[in-house]
Amino acid sequence: MESRGVKTVRLDLSATSVREVNDYLHHQLISEGVRVVEILNPNGMHNIAVGLDCPIEAHVRGNAGYFIGGMNKQAHITVYGNVGWSVAENIMSGSVRVKGNASECTAASGHGGLVVIEGDSSSRCGISMKGCDIVVGGSVGHMSGFMAQAGNLVVCGDAGAHLGDSLYEAVIYVGGKIHSFGADAREEPMTEADYAKIGDLLKRAGFELPLKEFKRVASARTLYHWNAEAHQVY
Amino acid sequence: MCGIIGLMAKKEELRQSLGELVLPMFDCMAERGPDSAGLAVFATAVAPPLRRFSLFSDRDGYDWNGLARSLATDLDCRAEIVTRDNHAEVVAAIEDDPLRRWLKRRGNGVRVLAVGHSIELFKDVDRPDEVARRYGFAALRGTHCVGHTRMATESQVSPAHAHPFTAGEDFCLVHNGSLSNPYSLRRLLEEENLEFETDNDSEAACRFLQWRMRKGDTIEQALGSAFEKIDGFYTFLIGTANQMVLVRDPFACKPAVVAETDQYVAISSEFRSLAHLPGVADANIFEPLPEQIYVWRVAA
Repeated sequence: MESRGVKTVRLDLSATSVREVNDYLHHQLISEGVRVVEILNPNGMHNIAVGLDCPIEAHVRGNAGYFIGGMNKQAHITVYGNVGWSVAENIMSGSVRVKGNASECTAASGHGGLVVIEGDSSSRCGISMKGCDIVVGGSVGHMSGFMAQAGNLVVCGDAGAHLGDSLYEAVIYVGGKIHSFGADAREEPMTEADYAKIGDLLKRAGFELPLKEFKRVASARTLYHWNAEAHQVY
Repeated sequence: MCGIIGLMAKKEELRQSLGELVLPMFDCMAERGPDSAGLAVFATAVAPPLRRFSLFSDRDGYDWNGLARSLATDLDCRAEIVTRDNHAEVVAAIEDDPLRRWLKRRGNGVRVLAVGHSIELFKDVDRPDEVARRYGFAALRGTHCVGHTRMATESQVSPAHAHPFTAGEDFCLVHNGSLSNPYSLRRLLEEENLEFETDNDSEAACRFLQWRMRKGDTIEQALGSAFEKIDGFYTFLIGTANQMVLVRDPFACKPAVVAETDQYVAISSEFRSLAHLPGVADANIFEPLPEQIYVWRVAA
């Protein structure tokens, strides 16, 4: 169908399997000139819109399961509901936006692109992220940012226990309370560059919040080198 | 991987169709646990001294009526018996220990799956949808039920190793995860003269919790000591005569989702098995926090 001159296709997961939908998204949609995809009745199913590599918009109307938007390149995916574990896992570029809450491991090992969770994201949000940006409108659960290597995790609400455990060079910004820091994570002073960065990320995520509340959390880099005198206590 | 499910009906009408509602939840979780399955349902309690026993025989076509007749002649105990495939529900005025001793003496391989006043339990080896069909889950009625679909990772696939596990009366547990120290738990409990039916890690957790409660702990206190003593990954869902209790390990390694409305509390490993429930779009949907104890009680 045509909507405002843009070719749109509607795919109903109550009538078509996830495998067929993904196959269409991978192989047919671009040659058909489709630019917008509506995906209906996701009903918590896993692996929806995984592995896209085309500059389209996908609107998922409902709650989705595990791995939605995984390995995404170029596409802009919006989920109008909640998502299960590992949304946007290993995202490379483009964006994934969740209007509801996300379960564990949001954007795990994401290399690039933007992931926005408008609600809460539970434990291990941004685990091992490698360069993507994540903005969470609500709070994140325990062990978020665990071993995060590059990129930015912006949490507008609170952060759960052991935030940023074993951080590498990713930076975490928290607007609310931090329950506790993980090993080697520490609060650092906010610089003008930090304010500029979160200002830009919040704007791209569509959130309007006072920047002065945000705290910067980064690696103290004490785990970068083996310390024989630490006796395995960190 | 394994799947866990639980459903508590808050209203009488829903209790009449508990099985119908839980069946799609159960079928959906077959992907997480295709090798065996089980369900415990808590229905109207029989009055003491009567007890409900869920019995299981590995032998197809077992003579359950013969068992009821011998129970009358050997123990002077009149039993009502309802049979379905390899399973029988026996209601009789007898305590747990004398019945188990008698079954053992008779030596016919019949095992007690569950005992209590409210609990009825079915479990077997097969695809979960086949187990559900075999034991007529769709027709089950009751206040709440606790179910499991198993993908065995640490002990053999057999009807006895399927979940739910039981200990004591009107108490059962299903587990998604794997424990690191089941043998030290077993040694602790064997010193208290507790006996085990399998070498399964989840049975150790089930017996540990029920042992703590027999010592006088509330379920919250028992789980408090479980946080100290039980090491490993777990989402436990526990059913008692009037409660459903959910807890996840301190790392929340294994999933769980809760959907609650004024009609029901539904629990599953994954949201997709709750997606068919009436009113789920407006339900309070949340993920239980690590090391938090969630208790739902049956409304009168």
